[in-house]
Amino acid sequence: MMDILQILLSESFWAASLRIATPLIFGVLGALLCEKSGVLNLGIEGIFAAGAMCGWMAVWLGAGLWGGVLVAALAGAFFGLIHGILTVPLGLSQHVSGLGVTLFATSLSYFTYRTALPTVTSPPRIEPFRALDIPILSDIPFLGPVVFQQTAMTMLALAMVLLVWYVLNRTALGVALQAVGDNPDSVDAQGLSVYGLRIGAVMAGSALMALGGAFLTMSAFDAFFFGMVNGRGWICIALVIFASWKPGKALLGALLFGAFDALQVRLQTEVGAMVPGQVFLMAPYVLSIFALVVAARRAEYPRALLTPWFKGQR
Amino acid sequence: MKSKFSITRRAILAGTAALALLLPAGAALAGTVKVAAIYTLPVEQQWISRIHLALNAAKDRGEIDYVFSENVANTDYERVMREYAEQGVQLVVGEVFGLERAARKVAADYPETGFLMGSSFGPVAPNFSVFDNWIHEPSYLSGMVAGASTESNVIGMVGGYAIPEVNRLMNAFMEGARAVNPEVKFLVNFIDSWYDPPKAKESAFAMMDAGADIMFAERFGVADAAVERGVKAVGNVIDTSADYPNTILTSALWHMEPTIDRAIAAVAGGTFEAADYGQYSFMSYGGGSLVVDKTLVSAEVLAEVEATETSIMEGMFRVNVNDDRPVSDK
Repeated sequence: MMDILQILLSESFWAASLRIATPLIFGVLGALLCEKSGVLNLGIEGIFAAGAMCGWMAVWLGAGLWGGVLVAALAGAFFGLIHGILTVPLGLSQHVSGLGVTLFATSLSYFTYRTALPTVTSPPRIEPFRALDIPILSDIPFLGPVVFQQTAMTMLALAMVLLVWYVLNRTALGVALQAVGDNPDSVDAQGLSVYGLRIGAVMAGSALMALGGAFLTMSAFDAFFFGMVNGRGWICIALVIFASWKPGKALLGALLFGAFDALQVRLQTEVGAMVPGQVFLMAPYVLSIFALVVAARRAEYPRALLTPWFKGQR
Repeated sequence: MKSKFSITRRAILAGTAALALLLPAGAALAGTVKVAAIYTLPVEQQWISRIHLALNAAKDRGEIDYVFSENVANTDYERVMREYAEQGVQLVVGEVFGLERAARKVAADYPETGFLMGSSFGPVAPNFSVFDNWIHEPSYLSGMVAGASTESNVIGMVGGYAIPEVNRLMNAFMEGARAVNPEVKFLVNFIDSWYDPPKAKESAFAMMDAGADIMFAERFGVADAAVERGVKAVGNVIDTSADYPNTILTSALWHMEPTIDRAIAAVAGGTFEAADYGQYSFMSYGGGSLVVDKTLVSAEVLAEVEATETSIMEGMFRVNVNDDRPVSDK
């Protein structure tokens, strides 16, 4: 018991939690943007893979790290456009289209990787983002090592939380975006384009999702490999409900999951002899489901989520 | 013109038929065996890369026609096995840890095709042979190096899944370390994934936070974490010392060539039958070896390790096989 307390109070534990949470922060924000506009995007798992591959590949080809981030975002936006066209003007099932995008993006990423590098025997590596050491801020006790000695992409993720919150709550675009997810007819009556807003939101959200994938290959690790997304995208779909479509809570949810995961890794070594390891591996997911059950009761769903809207039809 | 054409056509037909009949025999005579490999993960994965390497070497020597399918899901594996068998492939190489029983059923349907599969279980007559990465011997030796080199007496180990072939190597490593250093304590973790380097890294960081100064890098990502913290690591299956300079103390390597070359020769000679090829991964057959970074390991440790290596090669020392899930010492 003392051990657990000691772990929970250590800087390295919270630094690890934020590191594990970073791809989830991008992913939850992305899913949140899509769903706020009324479109569920189950393409997330594949868009993670596409972002991971494209960002890494761009850096490997010499685009530079920030060039890679941009390429990953563009790749995400491209798959968002596909999902947007299929679900918004064509009004197809958002579930089916999303799963289709996941399968397509995952396979295309790996196909591209293997076509470009047919004979590699070990995954080629890039020089990834390194942990920053921001003067003054890094020296703040506790907060310094936990927040300000992370990589630039973690900083970007935290900045994105603020940006998404600001856009949604303080700008006209944000009001329109929320309205199109609640009552598209009212947006149409205002003379705004429902299609344009929804497709735009799905593209922007997908770009954010792709950054989550890019974090895995450009910051958490330095190489791409098939299957390395490993379900992280799906977790974001659950976390966005936990977050009740609020950016601040999205950050909290991602951090909570990161903390559960960081804790299970440490507990597995501490008391691994007494309890089967699978119990620990399972724990973050079980606790997330539990948190979801509690939080979802009060969740405010975008009212037009999953409902296609066609111009001229009431 | 017309009659000439019909003769030509008949000749082509006859020729094709003759060719079809003679082709398998002809190929065997010419010494090119048709080999297909089916992998459940991409060829970059450590374990699979060793099989891929040995098969490519045989292909470059002109002994085999080599085709492969990578990243085949376990649920799709039987279909791919059947497709290659139907195509007349003479030797199918792969890994059936996720479909042991089903794979044996497929093999029974194609008695003319040889199967050489990575498996936790035994061979089945007439055509289902098995192999595995039996490199517990070099793993034991790498454990000796680690046990002698640790200063904190804490060694961290991050594994993929706790299956026999992983447990066996980890247990041998631990036994080797304990043989030279009874004080040593182990931290053991499994990430339940074959390839999630960010997760493996986080496990490694957690162990280094808990005092580990040597990391057993069973998975990609562990050595990366070791480099970032400036601690040492021990490699497994492949030699990654070039990727992590000044970090990898030693690695237990797996060589598939002795296994693959024997199987190919057996197929070419028409003598392939169900057998356990596991022993060809032993050190005495050249299937396993130890590589040590002499700049990082002291001469006396090296001498002790080499003495044990000689005993193993001479058959005077047998490394225990223990397939139980290894656990932390806490």
